[in-house]
Amino acid sequence: MGGPMKIRASIMDGVTEVKVLMQHEMETGLRKDSEGKLVPMWIITELKAQHKGKTVLEGQFGPAVSKNPYLVFRFKGAAKGDKVSFTWADNRGDTRSDEAEIS
Amino acid sequence: MKQEMNLNRRKALKTGGGLGLLGLLGAVGLLGPGLARAEWKKDAFEAKTLDEALAALGVIAPENSAAIHLSVPEIAENGAVVPVTVASSLSRIEQISILVDKNPNLLAAHFVFPEGTQGFVTTRVKMGQTAMVIALVKAEGKFYRVSKEVKVTAGGCGG
Repeated sequence: MGGPMKIRASIMDGVTEVKVLMQHEMETGLRKDSEGKLVPMWIITELKAQHKGKTVLEGQFGPAVSKNPYLVFRFKGAAKGDKVSFTWADNRGDTRSDEAEIS
Repeated sequence: MKQEMNLNRRKALKTGGGLGLLGLLGAVGLLGPGLARAEWKKDAFEAKTLDEALAALGVIAPENSAAIHLSVPEIAENGAVVPVTVASSLSRIEQISILVDKNPNLLAAHFVFPEGTQGFVTTRVKMGQTAMVIALVKAEGKFYRVSKEVKVTAGGCGG
């Protein structure tokens, strides 16, 4: 399982802003190691954010997303104290979910 | 005969292994029925030209729009971490895709916005060299495209 994400969610004027910092190598599959062998691609491919069981963002990454991906998005309809959860899955079948309370 | 049987065994193992992985993802809920449509867009992410990427994303005749703001640095000292923000005042944004035209694979990220989520996203991408960052936005069934050049002084895809 990947390392924990950092999630910050705050609400202002009815709009919740969610900032997510994931921990992942995001290896492109194009880089060579010191012996000249290609390092296999290892990336987060799918992500999903949910609020009260409703999906508020879905996304897909390719190898060009930076190591330890950072993401900010905004949605309406939440209240202070609600929880936002975020899940990712990578191309090796690993997955990680974390959640944060909206402040 | 024996060899043939062995081959079949291999095939069975391969199929079984594949199913095992799918089963695992299914159990986590990421590949639930609701997400079937969001299956990783392999064709789009592996596209090596803009035309290929647009075709794989189903983009038809994207128009320029002043209502889309693509915010990128003019000069990126570190191509491994280039911040990109796409924001739009268009109503009902459905999708935003971020592409880099000179990367080996153009498509960097693709986002789907359910109703209630604003047409806004910030992330960070890798850029191998000075290139155009392209934002593709789908709003109310129509496609829009804006692009901006980022000068990269040190590439982000080397070892």
